[in-house]
Amino acid sequence: MSESDQDWDEASPERLYVITGGRSGPSEHVVLDLVTLIVSRSPPQPTMQPEHVAIVRMCSSPLSVAEISAYLELPFSVVTVLLADLLADERVEARKPVPPALLPDVELLEAVMRGLQKL
Amino acid sequence: MDFRSSDTLPGPRSEDILPSTAAAAVKVVIVGGFGVGKTTLVGSVSEIRPLSTEETMTQAGVGVDDVHGVEQKAATTVAMDFGRITLNEQLVLYLFGTPGQQRFWFLWNGLFDGALGAVVMVDTRRLEVSFDVIGRLEERGVPFVVAINTFPEAPSYPTEELRSALDLPGNVPIVNCDARARTSSRDVLMTLMRYLHSLTATPEHT
Ligand SMILES: Nc1nc2c(ncn2[C@@H]2O[C@H](COP(=O)(O)OP(=O)(O)OP(=O)(O)O)[C@@H](O)[C@H]2O)c(=O)[nH]1
Ligand SMILES: [Mg+2]
Repeated sequence: MSESDQDWDEASPERLYVITGGRSGPSEHVVLDLVTLIVSRSPPQPTMQPEHVAIVRMCSSPLSVAEISAYLELPFSVVTVLLADLLADERVEARKPVPPALLPDVELLEAVMRGLQKL
Repeated sequence: MDFRSSDTLPGPRSEDILPSTAAAAVKVVIVGGFGVGKTTLVGSVSEIRPLSTEETMTQAGVGVDDVHGVEQKAATTVAMDFGRITLNEQLVLYLFGTPGQQRFWFLWNGLFDGALGAVVMVDTRRLEVSFDVIGRLEERGVPFVVAINTFPEAPSYPTEELRSALDLPGNVPIVNCDARARTSSRDVLMTLMRYLHSLTATPEHT
């Protein structure tokens, strides 16, 4: 497979330009947060570009956009462009973070506190 | 180039995989001056070895003094540490530890948007480095608590003295912590959650 010899450590501006097809932001109207969880909907296809394959593969279980960025060693904004393609093609789904409100709701805070208490 | 076997593909280690039921995530941002213990706090409570994400910012956006009038926009890469706590089958908490250069924090689009709140870590030997960030959090309406990291050489002051030195409203919690200890770091996060809870209960606060 051609993706097997990708060098993930190299993130030169030129490489980033090629990866994103020269676009600088998400093409669709998708707002991705650092903590939006991404989950694959189907296995990677051989026709996909290597970065897309890598994302689809690592998101067989939910993973935040921040984690995808860390594992790919690509900047957050580059990852959001790659994810916009995958979302448009329905290769992955996005689970939006909570809460959008100014102040988080009480039930959410209580769930967080119960979770922390277990640490 | 080496052939990469499947176990060198990028992605989480098997023990770092989230449950498939994980439905939503929340985030908390840890801020504070250079070397105050942000990465230590993230690492002590995180269930995964802290990871790093980065963002590229153009010089124009960063506002670097450019005395030479260089035409070309230089890109600056800002890295941020983060950790993770799976709270239950559905809910995941991410903790972001901002890098020491304060001028970048508020330029990272979306870092504070939707955050539950922030922890301001303070070293009592360098209180002044916190003034700017506290002001900016207040400006943005991001609720925060203050964690005094107890370095052995650092002087200790009564809480109310610190409160007036930092010009904090009476309801903002100030707690001592040892960022190296998991329970102490956990308690800082609990303090933030209880504070947020109290704000929700009294929405008329100013
Ligand atoms: N005594 C003591 N030392 C601490 C504590 N927290 C951190 N340290 C030490 O302080 C040093 C700096 O801690 P870091 O966690 O790297 O600080 P940081 O805020 O991430 O630093 P920058 O990212 O460079 O701004 C390390 O050597 C830690 O071991 C604490 O609570 N008590
Ligand atoms: Mg650090």
